[in-house]
Amino acid sequence: MATYDDMRQPGLIPAGTSRRTRFAEWVDRHSGTFFIAPCVTLILIFAIFPTIYSIFFALSRVRFTGDGLRFRFVGFRNFSKQFFGSSEVHFLGRTDPVSLFGYAVFAVIVVAVLVWLWRSRKISTWVGMIGRTISAAMAIFLSWILCASLLSGNSIGTLYTTLFYVFVGCALQFFIGTGLAFLCSQPISGKNFFRVVFFIPLMITPLGVGYAMRMVADVGKGPLEPVLQFMGLSDWVWSVDAWSARFMMVVSDSWQWIPFIFICMLAALENIPRDHVEAAQVDGASSWQIFREITWPQVLPVAVTVLLIRMIEAFKIVDLPNIMTGGGPGSATESMTLHSMYIWRANDLGSSAAIAYLLLILTVVVCASFFNYVVLGQVRKVRV
Amino acid sequence: MSDASSYRFRKSERTLMQRLFEAPAIGKMSPASKFVAYSLLAIWSLFVLFPIYWVIITSFKDAASVNEGPFYLPFVDFQPTLDAWRIQFTEDPFCNFAAIVRQFGLLGYNSFVWVVSPVVELAPMEPQICKIYLAFTNSIVISVFSTGLCVLVGAMAAYALARIQYAPRFGNILIFVLLLVGVIVATTYAGAPWWASASVALAFFFFLVRALKGYFKLSLKNGDILFWIISQRILPPIVVVIPIYVMFQAVGLLDTHLALILLYAVANMPIVVWLMYDFFTNLPVELEESAQLDGATRPRIFWEIVLPLTRPGLAATTLLILVLAWNEYLFAVFLATVKVQTMPIMVAAKNTGEKGIFWWEMCAVIVVMIIPVILMAILLTRFISKGVLLGAVKG
Repeated sequence: MATYDDMRQPGLIPAGTSRRTRFAEWVDRHSGTFFIAPCVTLILIFAIFPTIYSIFFALSRVRFTGDGLRFRFVGFRNFSKQFFGSSEVHFLGRTDPVSLFGYAVFAVIVVAVLVWLWRSRKISTWVGMIGRTISAAMAIFLSWILCASLLSGNSIGTLYTTLFYVFVGCALQFFIGTGLAFLCSQPISGKNFFRVVFFIPLMITPLGVGYAMRMVADVGKGPLEPVLQFMGLSDWVWSVDAWSARFMMVVSDSWQWIPFIFICMLAALENIPRDHVEAAQVDGASSWQIFREITWPQVLPVAVTVLLIRMIEAFKIVDLPNIMTGGGPGSATESMTLHSMYIWRANDLGSSAAIAYLLLILTVVVCASFFNYVVLGQVRKVRV
Repeated sequence: MSDASSYRFRKSERTLMQRLFEAPAIGKMSPASKFVAYSLLAIWSLFVLFPIYWVIITSFKDAASVNEGPFYLPFVDFQPTLDAWRIQFTEDPFCNFAAIVRQFGLLGYNSFVWVVSPVVELAPMEPQICKIYLAFTNSIVISVFSTGLCVLVGAMAAYALARIQYAPRFGNILIFVLLLVGVIVATTYAGAPWWASASVALAFFFFLVRALKGYFKLSLKNGDILFWIISQRILPPIVVVIPIYVMFQAVGLLDTHLALILLYAVANMPIVVWLMYDFFTNLPVELEESAQLDGATRPRIFWEIVLPLTRPGLAATTLLILVLAWNEYLFAVFLATVKVQTMPIMVAAKNTGEKGIFWWEMCAVIVVMIIPVILMAILLTRFISKGVLLGAVKG
């Protein structure tokens, strides 16, 4: 059969057709370009070009002068400042006295990563090998920082605060969200009510969530004050201790984002065919067995995809720490975006762009690793 | 054996423990697990609804009933007042009814000025500042227009990727990107008017593409383009916002509606393309093919056949993008300083009071802000419960 494009060759327009028809034909022939060009152009102008332009900021010292910006090229000094210089404690955390435990854990992780890399040399192409090397390098770097700061009893910087929000937050949200979805997929009445109620927090502004949580968690005048008093915690203030403040961020973030996991997983759970489950029920399988052997394998591809989307969004967290603690105590709850924003406010555009770039690299490597090794694996398993 | 009457007969003979912990029939739940499930769901509903409830009742409190410890129930614990609400609307001298009508008039006038400004020299009129209305109308204008732009452009791209086979040559892409960089640099640094440099670049593009035809053989596929567009969502907004601030400063777009409309549209474009691509690939091709045989052009097929067919998906996507644009904070905090303050910025600005935060006023603003969103959420769950948005997640 003749395809669309075969039928619309220029020679097919008979002589003497009006100019308007010719124009319509011309538009039609190039409709592919016209359809996709606005989208691509917008993305190039407002996403790709600024990203490249941002390199110039990150590599120079930028000053506001009377007639615009003045760039002075300083090489990688903005980056090295984050790793070895004045901002090291702020960004990486305190890494100085590394404990024996830290060294031990680090050695174990390095060996594990290298073994993984060595074993994957047979199953992947050279492009895949480059990707795996980058992932392995990032894993070793991150585990070194983890071992040197947190596991050696030192404070952590904005890098690990962000990772804490991402990994702990995503894990918590994933477990609770999936659990709620599983409860709601059971034969219960009032399903639609729960569906609407559980969905609402996702739609509320992160700012509103931040303020609401700040009010609810207020130890003096908040609604939980009698509970805290009953537990003998009336002097305790969550916003003074670094870890309780970080944990509070994760709780608020979860309040907002569990609905997302919930709604996707619920839809996935309801879409799987009922006959397998019913057959297993007739055979007398317990509900845990049914969940583990039948339901879970079928929703796993959706689950990892949803988790990936959630992770991508979690790296961008800024509103909640900004509203709830302003990054405090100290810089304990600052995410990398907030860190960059504060430096921007202090007119150090170069360092701000450098931190933003580091966040970009971190996000891309972590999310691409997760996508390649976890999501694609699960999706392929289903197709085969 | 397994017919209903004999089953019911045996049911009465079961022990109490069996009756509690065993399901009465396949597809039903035992009373004990039912109890556990409902109590967990109730606890979670409480956890979800309580902060919202607290914000709403705080907006009806006065200073005393906020500061003197927690009060939970209106009319029982404390006497609700409308003070916080009244302050928003009456203490501000521009917030009476006539002023608001005038502001809406100004909004229409200014958007008219914006449309004709390349041709006719007309100055937009300064609105009198009634903060909450200004922020509210700003938020509505920005989120509605950016959503419209985003869904239109994104759906077009998604449709094209779903139906038309692309094989763009690397050479053409390179020329396009280089010329685009030229346009951006010429506009922001040399101060050339954007339409002039854009048309020159477009002419150059067509000339070069014709001239260099056949020199580059390597090409991309549809899947690559789709993946490239979707992967833009990974880009953290903080990376682009600093250069964009400088770019917008150079072309005088800082603190305008247009700046935020464009940025929000681009930030949400990957989601639209991703979701709409799925809807379009699931449509039967036969309809479009028969329309083509009848002589309909591509744009016409898109407008009159494809878009109406995907209406539920389109509506759900639009709602989602609308909410995302309504809630956006980071771009607004960098680029909207005075005139185009959106609702999130206004809420955040209430944080800095010399006498501490006036929680009751802030709660009133938050309530104004979340009411439309909650309505949209209820609408959106109706789409999602029909499985409208799930398809994209699966692939």
